[in-house]
Amino acid sequence: MNAVALDAVLKHPGVWRRSASASHHVRAISTGLAELDAQLPGGGWPCGALSEILFAHDGLGELSLLMPALAELTRKGQRVVFVAPPYIPYAPALAAHGLDLRHVVQIDADAGDGAWSAEQCLRSGSCGAVLGWMQQADYTQLRRLQLAAESGDALAFLFRSARSADKTSPAALRLQLHADAGQVDLEILKCRALDMRRITRLRYRA
Amino acid sequence: MLWACLLFSDLRTADADGAATARRLHSLAAWAYRFSSQVSIAAPDALLIEVGASLSLFDGWPALQRRLRRELAAFGHAPAFAVAPVPAAARILALRHDGFFTDQREPMRIALGAMPIAQSGLAAGVITLLHNVGLRTLREVFALPRLELARRIGPAALGVLDRLRGENHETLELYRPPERFAHRIEFDHRIEAWPPLLFPLRRLCGELSLFLTARDGGVQRCELVLEHEDCAATRIPVELLTPQRDAHTLYELARGRLERASLAAPVSGLALVARDLPPLCPRHKDLFETRREQQLDWPQLAERLRAHLGDASVRQLAIVAEHRPERAWSFATGRKPAQELRPRPTWLLPRALPLRGPAPQILAGPERIESGWWDGDDARRDYYVVLTREGQRAWAYLPAGAHDGWMLHGWFA
Repeated sequence: MNAVALDAVLKHPGVWRRSASASHHVRAISTGLAELDAQLPGGGWPCGALSEILFAHDGLGELSLLMPALAELTRKGQRVVFVAPPYIPYAPALAAHGLDLRHVVQIDADAGDGAWSAEQCLRSGSCGAVLGWMQQADYTQLRRLQLAAESGDALAFLFRSARSADKTSPAALRLQLHADAGQVDLEILKCRALDMRRITRLRYRA
Repeated sequence: MLWACLLFSDLRTADADGAATARRLHSLAAWAYRFSSQVSIAAPDALLIEVGASLSLFDGWPALQRRLRRELAAFGHAPAFAVAPVPAAARILALRHDGFFTDQREPMRIALGAMPIAQSGLAAGVITLLHNVGLRTLREVFALPRLELARRIGPAALGVLDRLRGENHETLELYRPPERFAHRIEFDHRIEAWPPLLFPLRRLCGELSLFLTARDGGVQRCELVLEHEDCAATRIPVELLTPQRDAHTLYELARGRLERASLAAPVSGLALVARDLPPLCPRHKDLFETRREQQLDWPQLAERLRAHLGDASVRQLAIVAEHRPERAWSFATGRKPAQELRPRPTWLLPRALPLRGPAPQILAGPERIESGWWDGDDARRDYYVVLTREGQRAWAYLPAGAHDGWMLHGWFA
């Protein structure tokens, strides 16, 4: 095998090298937070992968965290799907964050159908991002979502309780929000292709 | 123009009153419409199909004939075929020369000349008259001086002969495909659950798809009718966002609706009725499009989700120009009102809840929202952005002028 062929193999997205130099091969969409982008391989939310956001209480900014990326997707005409959200995604606020509401869709489904709907949307290849709130999702379901996100090349976001932080997960990225004296910190629990010796905790909301 | 005549001599003998034959011929015309846009029913037992325009599409007459014969054999028919430039001639030639083919007038006239007068389609009285004169074949009749012949047999019979030779143009009544689709399958047994209904449903969807392909249309709205023996039929509407005609897609969508329906009583028959048949505009696919297999367009995906979750479950969000927060959003495509610049939470609670715990820390506010005095749903509230003990950022309000009784209305999630 000559050097050129080897280089092509190493650049393949399926090949993970545990070194920072390989990180720019991860396709990603900017989170809108420069500090966070600097930490994540590819500089943002990984495309075609499942990202988990863990938080203890509503209102820590868990949804706002995605807004810049979602706004970017809708600007490019890609669809953003809320699957069975716990509250009403408030249209005026989404619009104020720059989302083009023509590309925002809400799907109402009960607990069992939620995972199915999310998987269908991810797999279809016609959705840019799919947001889900399946609290009861087990490892198998998460794995299915991760595979669906890969095959449909979509961004999958799963919002879960902080209690699942110590459970194993096939997600490419896991972030946890910590509320502390009125401030909110962001911790990177797991990230594929990231050198974990670097900083994993940063201030999100002062 | 090149006309193929399909003569179903077996059709007439099987049926006494002719009504069943007419129905059968009609359904055969619907089948033949897939091969040509000009199909005419030549009662009582023949179909005329203009094949001249279709020959290159179907790889020439030998290939088309083989295909027609094969498909008809599947229906249990073995008709005689004849192809000629004149429909009336093709009709006569099919009586005697199965498989006859010519696209030239001269060979057609020669073949016609050899036909006996008895099979010429002339009125019985005229045939007797010509026989009495001693004429046996059409060639002998064609050879007679025209004026003399007209005097003997009359203008009507002369017209028939002219049409045979193609000297007089014949106006055929062409078959038009029906405007609605309604097929029904009756069961021998009463069916109590939906799984056994899937097989007949698949067949009905296949038939609907064939029907739509022949019409070059799609279906946007159809109805599944479950017939019961003792009570009124259950009607399951199947509404689609865009016209469809692919058999598998239609089946998947109808199945989703059927699975969700509850059977009121055992089912004795299943029907599929489609009236709304708009023209179909298939999506143009890019030759170089890099879409992976099994991927769906958004309309197809939305259909699948709606079929599974219910018609109202997939909705788009929109803003409404309204001050009251609970009315400032909707599920519909709306116009784009002026953008809200003041802080608004990403989550809105469906109904405001009392905010428990000690008085929260106020981060921003108040913002007075006062509206709705004209429609009876009066709102006078002072909204604040507050911080709870757990560090949550909330959107809460106090009734105007009050200092207590916090109501939680949203989360800055």
